[in-house]
Order: sequence, then structure tokens, then C-alpha cells
Amino acid sequence: MSSGSQTTTSAKAKDNRVAPPSVMRRYGSQIGIIGVGLAMWLGFVIAAPTVFLDIDIYKAFAQTTPLFGIIALALTFVVITGEIDLSFPSIMALGTAMFCLMSKAGVPDYIALLIGFATGALCGWINGALIARLNIPSLVITIGTSFLYRGTELILMNGTGVPLTEDNYPLGHLLFNSAPFGFPVQSLWCIVIGGLLWLLLNRTRFGAHVFLVGDNPTSARLMGIDVVRVKTGAFMLVGVVAVFAGLMTSFVGFYFWPTTGDGFLLNTIASVFLGGTSVFGGTGSIVGSFVASYIIGAINAGIVSAGINAFYTQLCFGLVIVVSVVLQTIIERRVRRQSITGR
Amino acid sequence: MSGAARTPVIELRNVSKTFGEVRSLADVNFSVYPGEIVGLLGDNGAGKSTLVKTVMGYHSPDQGGEIFFEGQRIDDWSTARARSLGIETVYQERALCEKQPIWRNMFMGREPVTKWGLLDVHKMRSEAARLMSQHMGFTSAAVHPDNVVTTMSGGEKQGVAITRALYFDAKLVILDEPTMGLSLSETKKTLDFVEGIKKAGKSAIFIDHNIFHVYPVVDRLYVLDRGRVAGIYRKSEISMDELIERLYRVARSGSID
Repeated sequence: MSSGSQTTTSAKAKDNRVAPPSVMRRYGSQIGIIGVGLAMWLGFVIAAPTVFLDIDIYKAFAQTTPLFGIIALALTFVVITGEIDLSFPSIMALGTAMFCLMSKAGVPDYIALLIGFATGALCGWINGALIARLNIPSLVITIGTSFLYRGTELILMNGTGVPLTEDNYPLGHLLFNSAPFGFPVQSLWCIVIGGLLWLLLNRTRFGAHVFLVGDNPTSARLMGIDVVRVKTGAFMLVGVVAVFAGLMTSFVGFYFWPTTGDGFLLNTIASVFLGGTSVFGGTGSIVGSFVASYIIGAINAGIVSAGINAFYTQLCFGLVIVVSVVLQTIIERRVRRQSITGR
Repeated sequence: MSGAARTPVIELRNVSKTFGEVRSLADVNFSVYPGEIVGLLGDNGAGKSTLVKTVMGYHSPDQGGEIFFEGQRIDDWSTARARSLGIETVYQERALCEKQPIWRNMFMGREPVTKWGLLDVHKMRSEAARLMSQHMGFTSAAVHPDNVVTTMSGGEKQGVAITRALYFDAKLVILDEPTMGLSLSETKKTLDFVEGIKKAGKSAIFIDHNIFHVYPVVDRLYVLDRGRVAGIYRKSEISMDELIERLYRVARSGSID
């Protein structure tokens, strides 16, 4: 790339030549994150070959990673629009609570599931409406709605959990806690939802508008894009997917805890940012979030099974996230030929 | 111009626009006829951009103001509606999304879809490349449709904004300070483009600070001052010197005569 720019310097003056975008510029952050993932995996294989050359470890983390990974996929949309959602852990719990209550009241499970998803959509709609219509910063309002949804759920459940046995909830276990052909259904869902959301982001008008709204909302409005609808749509997507993840988490654990969702916040958000989606909005990728969530998931499993003290997990998380984000930023500025500090 | 007998493409009647305590437009009557280039002159803060954004549906007029498109009164006026009826604007602020590639900017808000309802990315890329080489005068190797807009010069960005307005076969093209920040040759190209609109039998609203750019290409001129229409002139009725004289007077005294 640098050699190319050297040779065209003379032509540049003549016809305003701009270098065609390199593969690195277009897919740099995605290639980077896949590289980080592979390097880390190799490290684990070298550190603990017996564990990491065995299929069981992969089965284990193929079951647990999607629990937050699928939310990271949906949250990517919200972050690209330049917003953030901190209320999804509460939506996970509220939606699952609605499912449990409906099921207990005798509603058929498939309808109870739909009611759960509808609850998630409603929570997302409230977030989106407050943020996009009233122009309230999402960081502030979703802290508020987070308490609102969690509080509603605790009152509805009266603080008690619900056992989710296979006998009583055959449909739930089939959907969220089975292993067709020995492949954990959770990762299957993660791949299916990842594929659908990739299509939604990159091959639909809604997805195109998500990028435009996050890049420059004023320009988007001037060109006739309904900014409120696009942002609300992104928040509703997170709401529905959060309930999906809440149900999956509960069925994997055979129990619905009223505290469901606690501990999901930072893993999920870290996956989105680690995946190369910019906090400033306008850029981001589903592939990045997908790979990054598996990296985050693997750190946990990897540290423990490599025989390292589990207290090192957080340190390792921190290192991987900080180093990756710093590297991504530097590489991006190099590619754009800006200085390292971006000033 | 036998314009008076025909129905205007766009007509604003008694349009006012208030932002908080500031009245940006006060009872403005404004119309553009088919095949006509209308110039909009006025000092900073005269209401030119507000007028344009009202025509475009970005601002909705205060109660009592009416907008007519080809004689039809339209109540649910919005940017998307205005664009679907064939009004395109080259905004002063260019209205580009700079982190996005050219092809996404070119089709902003109007992305073509395939029969499956999915985005026709192939068409967007190839059309963007074609438009860039045909209308913007870029050799196809120089600027790639996948280039993000940030990397382009001011003139090239304006080229994208103008080409975008042209592509969708608009009945009315609005140019809000299109020559701002452009080089001499880029300015020339932009003015040629305005001439081209007229030749194609379409209408345009042309806003510019520089009267030397506006006067030669327009048929009719509106002078705005402090949110009011201070004067309307046919080009045949007024010389450039007279116009400049009146513009000075209105800026000083608020009265044109």
C-alpha cells in the first residue's frame, strides 16, 4: 500500500487521484480480530494440548458463549447507530419471567414464548422511543429502564425462581437445550441468528440506514431517512434477542433465576467493541462481534483448563480487550494515514 | 417565460417558520414553475436555508402555511415524500455520510432492492462507478466506489452530492450554496450543471452568496431579508448593477425600494 502511494504521488496532483481502498482498509478490523482469535487459540493449544485437542472443551464453550454472543450480534446494530443499550440484562429476565408466568397460567408454551419475545420487543420499543423521539442519551436512559425492567420482573416473580424441568417444558428444552447430531443447539442458534443479522445489516435497506444514521443523523434525515424508526428498530431487535438469550440461559441451567442477566453486561458489550464496531457509530460488523464473543468465551474456558489460577481470568480479559482495541485504532489510523493519536 | 399561466412545480403559501422565539420565515409566498431556474438571494440569516429545508420537508411550516406540489395541496409533507415526488437537493452541508463508501452515499435513502427485497449491492456499486466516470469526470481508476467519502477533496464530495441529485431524475433540483469552498474549475463545472438542468427542461432553485454566480444562470430572483420576501424580479427587468444596489439597500435598511 505504501509503495503504491509513492508511485502515484505525481499522478495525484494531476487528476485528484485517490488510491483505491485496500483489502486492509475494508476488512482490516475483521481480519485483525480473526487473527487475535487464532493466535489465542494456538496459545491455548500449546499451553494445554490435552485439553484443547479434545472435543469436549469446544462442546462446553459452544454451549455457553452464545448465551451472551447472540445479544452481542444484535447490540452491534444499536452501537452502529451511535447508541448503547445497558438494559438488555433486565430485558432477558423480564421476557423470560413473562414466559414462565404465562406457562404457569396454562397458556401453551409456544404462545408463552411469543409473549416473552413480544415483551422484549416492547422493552426495546420503549428504549428506542425515549432515545430517538425525545433525543435522550441512551447511556442515561437505558440505566433508568434497566432498573425499571428489573424491578417489574422482581415484583412479577415476587423474587422467586422457576424450575424448568425437561418434563414440564419439553418445547423449551428442544429449542434451547438440545444437541442435534451432537452439536450444541446454542451455537447452532448463534450461527443462524448471526447469518440472519448479517443479511439484515448488509443486504437490507434497514441495515443500510443503520450505518447512515450512526454516521451522520442530520445527513440521514436530510435525505429522507426516518431516524426515529431506524433507531427504534435497532433497540427492538436487541430486546427480542435478549429474551431469546434469557430463555436459552434459563433452559441451559434448568432454572429461571430472578437475577438472570446479571454478569452479562460487560461480556456482551466487550464483544461488540472487541469485534471492531466503533463507539462513535457508523461502522461495525457482525462477523467481528461473532468472532469476538467466541474469543471472550474462550478466555474463560481456556484459562481454567490450562491450569492457570481462575483469578487470572479478569486480568486476561482486560489485556485482550485493551490490546485489541488499541491495535485496531492504531491500524485504522495507519490505513487512513493519520497520526497515531488521530489529531 | 410563459410560466405565469402554468401550474408551479412547487408553491409555498403564507409559510412561516418559528424556532423558539426566532421567526426565520414570515408569511413567505414562493413558487417555481416548470423549466424555470429561480435564484434565492439574501444576507446571512435571511432565511434561505430554512426556506429550502421547508420546501424539502425537513422543517414543517407553522400553522397556516400551505405547500402545493404541481397544484396539489400536500398535508403530510416530509423529506421522503418530497424526494419520492421528484425534488432533490444539494445541501450546503452536503448531507453525506463520510465514513461510508461512495456507493452507499450515492443511493442514500433510495437504495435499490432486488426482487427478493434484498439490497442490490452489485447495482449500487456498478451504477456509482458509472456515474462517477460519466458525470463527475473521474477516470474509473482514480476514485473507486468503495472509497470512503472522508478521503475525498471538497470538490469531489460536492460531485457526489450533485451527481446524487441528478441521478434520480428530479423535477426540481435545489442547490444550496453549491459553490461554497470549491476551486475555480469546480465552480465552473457546478454552474455548467445548473445550465444543464434548464436544458433538460427541469426546474431548479439556486442559492448562493455570490451574485455573479447566480445572476447569469437564473430566470427569476427572490430576495429574502429577515425571513420575508423583500423583492421578486425577472432577470429581464433588472440589471446586475441595479440588483447589487438593491441588495445593499435592503441589508442596510430592511426596505428594498
